[in-house]
Amino acid sequence: MAQKEFAGQMVEVNEEGYFTNPQQWNKEIAVAVAKEEGIELTEKHFAVLEYLRNRHNAGEALTIRSIGKSGVVETKDFYALFPGAPLKKATKIAGIPKPTGCI
Amino acid sequence: MSTEKESPLKKVCIICSKGSIEDVYAALVMTNGAVMEGIEAKLFFTFFGLDAITKKQMNKLKTSTVGNPAMRMPGGLPFPTLLGVLPGVEAGVSAMMKSQMEALDIPPVEEFFELITAGGGEIYACKLAMDMFKLKKEDLSEHVKGVLTIGQFYELASGDHTQIIFT
Repeated sequence: MAQKEFAGQMVEVNEEGYFTNPQQWNKEIAVAVAKEEGIELTEKHFAVLEYLRNRHNAGEALTIRSIGKSGVVETKDFYALFPGAPLKKATKIAGIPKPTGCI
Repeated sequence: MSTEKESPLKKVCIICSKGSIEDVYAALVMTNGAVMEGIEAKLFFTFFGLDAITKKQMNKLKTSTVGNPAMRMPGGLPFPTLLGVLPGVEAGVSAMMKSQMEALDIPPVEEFFELITAGGGEIYACKLAMDMFKLKKEDLSEHVKGVLTIGQFYELASGDHTQIIFT
């Protein structure tokens, strides 16, 4: 199990950089992780991160389709907020595991 | 363990030439999956695959209940081809497949196109097959970006780390 420092705090991460303990997450850490991914977090980003964390805590699987339907963010805006691979990036920044689904 | 790839895939061009539910969805899942990974994706429909982007047909795709040895009854018993020819059986099996896909959060065809295009993926139709089936651009879903010749398709597929996948 690797440890990585974000915003002066040590966090446990797996080999791909995803948090293994979502409890260690906080907003300062999120800003630091996002910076590494080349993203400057805004309120809109945090709304999405909050939603993803809640869904994860409720034990639900995350798909781009369900995020687009959530009312929190449109699919197009989700891609714009987290360019490239949005679901992978957003979950990494949200301190939750990488989604394993295909949709 | 390092997950660094030496030369990640940059672009996929996927060709769908068949119009059954499973053929169309294989292409849709692969295209959407590429978009989700940040890979540039172009999806090209030709021959019977055109049903998937034709407004009249796209929401009525079926799966074949005859000549499909992998088809099973619920419970796993073989599905006799003779049963598959009865009226309504193909529609029933297709409806069942769609409801099972919906349960897995797999969207209907049109919504799948929305997801793909929202992420920057592009959908095209084959000009030759359109001519063959007497289809016009107006007959196609609004998500279709254009009608291409095979030459134009290959132009789209240019560049390093591009794959062409035929389904």
